Amino acid sequence: MLNEVKSRSAGKLESKVPTGKLEEKWTNHKFKLKLVNPANKRKYNIIVIGTGLAGASAAASLAELGYNVKAFCFQDSARRAHSIAAQGGINAAKNYQNDGDSVFRLFYDTIKGGDYRSREANVYRLAELSVNIIDQCVAQGVPFAREYGGLLDNRSFGGAQVSRTFYARGQTGQQLLLGAYSALMRQVGLRKVEMFPRHEMLDVVVVDGKARGIIARNMITGEIESHSGDAVLLCTGGYGNAYFLSTNAKGSNVTAAWRAYKKGAFFANPCFTQIHPTCIPVTGHYQSKLTLMSESLRNDGRVWVPKKPDDKRKPDQIPEDERDYFLERKYPSFGNLVPRDVASRNAKEQVDSGKGVGERMNAVYLDFADAINRLGADNIKEKYGNLFDMYKRITDEDPYKVPMRIYPAVHYTMGGLWVDYNLMTTIPGLYALGECNFSDHGANRLGASALMQGLADGYFVIPYTLSGYLADLKRDKVDENHPAFKEAANAVNDSVKNLLSINGKKTVDELHRELGQVMWDNVGMARNEKGLKEAISKIKEIREDFWKNVKVLGENEELNQSLEKAGRVADFLELGELIARDALHRNESCGGHFREEYQTEENEAKRDDENFAYAAAWEFNGDNAEPEMHKEELVFENVQLTQRSYK
Amino acid sequence: MNLHLKVWRQKNKESKGKFVEYEAKEISPDTSFLEMLDVVNEELIKKGEEPIAFDHDCREGICGSCGMYINGRAHGPQTGAATCQLHMRSFKDGDSIVIEPWRAKAFPVIKDLVVDRSAFDRIMAAGGFISVNTGGAPDANAIPIPKVEQESAFDAAACIGCGACVAACKNASAILFVSAKVAHLARLPQGKPEREKRVMAMVAQMEDEGFGSCTNTEACSAECPKEIPMDVIATLRREYLVAGLKSSK
Ligand SMILES: Cc1cc2nc3c(=O)[nH]c(=O)nc-3n(C[C@H](O)[C@H](O)[C@H](O)COP(=O)(O)OP(=O)(O)OC[C@H]3O[C@@H](n4cnc5c(N)ncnc54)[C@H](O)[C@@H]3O)c2cc1C
Ligand code: SF4
Ligand code: FES
Repeated sequence: MLNEVKSRSAGKLESKVPTGKLEEKWTNHKFKLKLVNPANKRKYNIIVIGTGLAGASAAASLAELGYNVKAFCFQDSARRAHSIAAQGGINAAKNYQNDGDSVFRLFYDTIKGGDYRSREANVYRLAELSVNIIDQCVAQGVPFAREYGGLLDNRSFGGAQVSRTFYARGQTGQQLLLGAYSALMRQVGLRKVEMFPRHEMLDVVVVDGKARGIIARNMITGEIESHSGDAVLLCTGGYGNAYFLSTNAKGSNVTAAWRAYKKGAFFANPCFTQIHPTCIPVTGHYQSKLTLMSESLRNDGRVWVPKKPDDKRKPDQIPEDERDYFLERKYPSFGNLVPRDVASRNAKEQVDSGKGVGERMNAVYLDFADAINRLGADNIKEKYGNLFDMYKRITDEDPYKVPMRIYPAVHYTMGGLWVDYNLMTTIPGLYALGECNFSDHGANRLGASALMQGLADGYFVIPYTLSGYLADLKRDKVDENHPAFKEAANAVNDSVKNLLSINGKKTVDELHRELGQVMWDNVGMARNEKGLKEAISKIKEIREDFWKNVKVLGENEELNQSLEKAGRVADFLELGELIARDALHRNESCGGHFREEYQTEENEAKRDDENFAYAAAWEFNGDNAEPEMHKEELVFENVQLTQRSYK
Repeated sequence: MNLHLKVWRQKNKESKGKFVEYEAKEISPDTSFLEMLDVVNEELIKKGEEPIAFDHDCREGICGSCGMYINGRAHGPQTGAATCQLHMRSFKDGDSIVIEPWRAKAFPVIKDLVVDRSAFDRIMAAGGFISVNTGGAPDANAIPIPKVEQESAFDAAACIGCGACVAACKNASAILFVSAKVAHLARLPQGKPEREKRVMAMVAQMEDEGFGSCTNTEACSAECPKEIPMDVIATLRREYLVAGLKSSK
């Protein structure tokens, strides 16, 4: 099967970006896409994996149009997808504040924020659709923050000089997801969507080069199920948990995307990972995850460290002139609101130079004293109350009184499955939406843009582009009895049996932590050739150890959380190597990918547009062969590539 | 600190469960409750014993996955917090901790501390939405909504669907969960057109699922990690009454 896929896609990557003016591309493209006649839509079965913002919005919208949808998630309810945890907000170029925002400005900020490593046409479309998203969500009853006059309120996020972020207290993701989930549940009630919670997709089934279904494990009974369909949409989120410690939910994983990669879908820019500057620092070896403190806090919080290293005084005993507000000092025009990659790297630099604060000296301060003096504690409470509570609960310190201690943590992955303008992967009929694709954020995502992308993809892009594919699909009947399903199901069964039979000495978490440590040390915020090569060999060792030494108890025919985790970690152990490989090949620094060898005199990321203005799409070549890299050259017709400056 | 645990173990839905005792040793007070269980589980696996199954995902108090009955309280001793937000500093060295799953007829145990809460999804599918299709929504600022209305809708919308209200209630009533959704939508102008249909459908489904009836003990709101206020139940009752009156006309 692999060979079949290969011969088809070994050639150039076709982005399918429509011709014509940037502002007209999407409109013209929509017009040209073939439609599926309303009466025929119910003849198509669409499989949607994931019910986060991307999946829930896609499943609901497609069902509304008349398609039959099967939706899967591994949690016990669609409402619990990781999107629920997003805090800060969602961008949209509404220009309600009259502060000079526009679709073009949002497009420009996003391209620039991504350090010129994303596709212009996709980003423009995203900015264009952003305004419709807010309308849709308000109509569903999403309680966005409002001003006293009753109109919608906005705040600012990093990398922008306008206020375009819509928010719902510190729970924007929750409210947006509950909106999408309610639309989804409405379709479940109408029997247009069949919901499969506690199901984990473990393979894509490809027939004659096209995605025709999936293999999933029922997580309660262990049954390995086959589901056929006319198209498969992966909306399975990001792979930040490859680092073990991250701000992602514990269950977030790469399995769906990775198994698709191994079936022929290219994986693009895996090394573009985002480390978020404002997270609660690690406190001990038992740590299971890291907690984000929303970027919105940088609207009012000021970041600083003591000027002299090893300063053990309490923050309130350090006088003003002995503090270094390093972001304000170095970047006067953006100040504390520089993009994430810049803020993270600067925090690391301060901590590395011995100026870290807190008992473990592993953090910098985020201080609200000035804002509280200026605006009053009530104002701050209204804006960030739940975040302050969360901080206090975890650290036992009161941020109204002492500055928060923060440090960067793995947060988001810009890389993902390569998709064309229609969001289709290199396997026809297999789509990737939301964080699991690579398309819109280049080498660094701006805050409040992931929610925007997930909903744009699901509500407004896929309903159009999918019909273009289906209209041309030959209606040959492929169902679960096709041998390809049997073959895939057997393979899944074998690997489950294998995991259960090893019965070694190490727990899955132990091995996952080992991987995470290598990833963080060598493939984290600062990377270099030697470290990356070392990472590749160490990851191989851990992987070998895993397959000899992992201990997974219990059986398949029951709820078995160790087994679930083991499968996911096995995939992270392969992905980790690809991340390192991608980082090693990219001899430049851009966005979240910082190679120490390539920096300006002021220690800023130094891009190499001549040699690296492309997306690197990796093709799987078999377990024991090196993956092959394909380039999608990025064409910039509407923005000029400049050294990013936030000074 | 060292702790003595009594944990409910149950192989599956059909089998009978029982309490099993474990020792959690050398736990830092900064550890979260779930991390403490992680530590216990790691040791169990090493000894060749099956780890304790429990639902969890975000570990930030927002996804609603986690939920345990700890020393007789839903989500444990801390008010306004989900199990995953509980830290061991809430306990003392040497404490005994009893850990059970949610107990309610409508939430059958799947394994150990994991229960089936799909009844909540079915209630949502019955009416917990505003019927708008994608596209065609008016401009978001077309209807100004007074800040107080939006805030009170939000207070109700904050529900994470964890089920603690059901577990805390001696009748295993789901009234707080249902009221939270009804109130969220009824308090916004967008939700008004379908208000009667919604409340009738959701309440009917709730009754079908086998939840008990509400006798106003207020245990639900007291144990709710999001502190959903009792006034949402008043909103539900009013909505239900009005809907009933209208449909009988
Ligand atoms: C703490 C935090 C705060 C954030 N805050 C913001 C913010 O303020 N603004 C912003 O724009 N972005 C924010 N982000 C980023 C944003 O939340 C995510 O990028 C986005 O929600 C991803 O949505 P998604 O739909 O692509 O995937 P997810 O929400 O991750 O959903 C993935 C879905 O796939 C399912 N799934 C995965 N694998 C399988 C499988 N094998 N089988 C079956 N189902 C599977 C899961 O069950 C789930 O339903 C934040 C992220 C974090 C971690
Ligand atoms: S009302 Fe409270 S206790 Fe009940 S499900 Fe919602 S958040 Fe949980
Ligand atoms: S794990 Fe998400 S609320 Fe506790």
